[in-house]
Amino acid sequence: MIDSLQWRPSTSQAVLKSRAQQLAWVRGFFAQRNVMEVETPVLGRHGVTDINIDSVSANPASIGAHPAGGWLQTSPEYHMKRMLAAGSGPIYQIARVFRDGEFGRRHNPEFSLLEWYRPGFTDVDLMEEVSELVCGWLGCEPPRTMDYRDAFLRFAGIDPFLAGKDELSERCEQWMESSQLDGFSRDDYLDLLMSYQVEPALADVGPVFVTGYPESQAALARVSEQSGVRQAHRFELYVGGVELCNGYWELTDPDEQRRRFEADNQARRRVGKLEMPIDQAFMAALDSGVPDCSGVALGLDRLLMLKLGLDELAGVIAFPADRC
Amino acid sequence: MASYSTNEFRGGLKVLLDGDPCIILENEFVKPGKGQAFNRVKLRNLMTNRQWERTFKSGESLEAADVIDQEMEYLYTDGEFWHFMKTDGSFEQFPADAKAVGDALKWLKEQDVYTVTLYNGAPLTVSPPNFVELEVVDTDPGMKGDTAQGGTKPATLSTGAVVNVPLFITIGEVLKVDTRSGEYVNRVKNS
Repeated sequence: MIDSLQWRPSTSQAVLKSRAQQLAWVRGFFAQRNVMEVETPVLGRHGVTDINIDSVSANPASIGAHPAGGWLQTSPEYHMKRMLAAGSGPIYQIARVFRDGEFGRRHNPEFSLLEWYRPGFTDVDLMEEVSELVCGWLGCEPPRTMDYRDAFLRFAGIDPFLAGKDELSERCEQWMESSQLDGFSRDDYLDLLMSYQVEPALADVGPVFVTGYPESQAALARVSEQSGVRQAHRFELYVGGVELCNGYWELTDPDEQRRRFEADNQARRRVGKLEMPIDQAFMAALDSGVPDCSGVALGLDRLLMLKLGLDELAGVIAFPADRC
Repeated sequence: MASYSTNEFRGGLKVLLDGDPCIILENEFVKPGKGQAFNRVKLRNLMTNRQWERTFKSGESLEAADVIDQEMEYLYTDGEFWHFMKTDGSFEQFPADAKAVGDALKWLKEQDVYTVTLYNGAPLTVSPPNFVELEVVDTDPGMKGDTAQGGTKPATLSTGAVVNVPLFITIGEVLKVDTRSGEYVNRVKNS
């Protein structure tokens, strides 16, 4: 039964206004820096292979001249990299993206993602720009930087690179039964520890970039050896314990990219998830040459939530999934 | 029996966990960055009434528990079972044992209606309405002039329950009592 008041936006008029101000502020930020605003498809022919991201399937009779079937995009990444390969220069987009099954206090299956790419930037250069954007808007102190490894050592008392599977499993038994932990991958354990011990502790340290993720969590970031372990040039910004963005010094090597996509699909097969066809247009763009660049995706709904001192996305999204 | 996946979990859903029927109280979705998603779930075990917190990998599922709430009229006790009857006109009767009746025992009055929770078709718990009206069968005589002081005294009700009542209450009066707190609310006028 639909409550008779459910037609109303769940946000107040003041919040709607803040959202509009935030959009104007973001556009002003990039206009000043000569980063061009672009638009890419919301409905594309391919989803993503990432094992932890489920694309929402769309079922149009056809998309243009192609056979039926398509996916709502989980991020504008592949299309934007195709633009970069074609010589766009620095670009940004305020995109609506979709992730199946993600719904909670800080998740909504459809959300606003600010994604931008900076040719010639390293991950460290881009973190500086993220800091200017986020702290300029929120009025917060500039984030400190903390290694993924140090964050785990400090807040979970475990080395995420060197701890054995038995040790990880033992640590996780305080939240899950050992029978449930059967078949957990190393990253599953680390993700559980991240959610239950590290992230809550990050709420108390002020704005912080977490960097240097394990190679297995590199996604689309390049990897290099640092302090004797292989680490991804990937960063996430946490403000008040809320994960705000995810950035990479982008992987531009097509062979390595192809290997990662194939490994993703193998992992999908192992856990009984649908394999996702590799986006060959994206691969062709990599083959032709995506410029050396860094890129980042930032959740605008969460940013607004922090700006307004709220605790739930329902306070900033006019029509969240249970009301849309 | 059907099963529910974590993304169907919501407050009030009844599921089987470790063989016991449980009711879901809260379901929190957590997901680090691009990592594995988990559901942190609070449940109450309906057999023991204990609260549990358990974590599931998103996409895991639990079997549904055959648990339903039914309005039933209390009929009588034979000393071992307390007999209830459906109010839907079917006259179907259900015997509840002492464990199922539990704390509701002291509020049971024949012909009153209670919520009986059935698990696999048998009474699991009996819940009284929030307010019941019961007659005072024993209390000390009322004391004159003490009404303004707000003093209280114990009174025994027809079901055996003992509640604290104002000093002016006398035997034979009918009282409205809040079953959640066990507190006196007011006198009910007998017309």
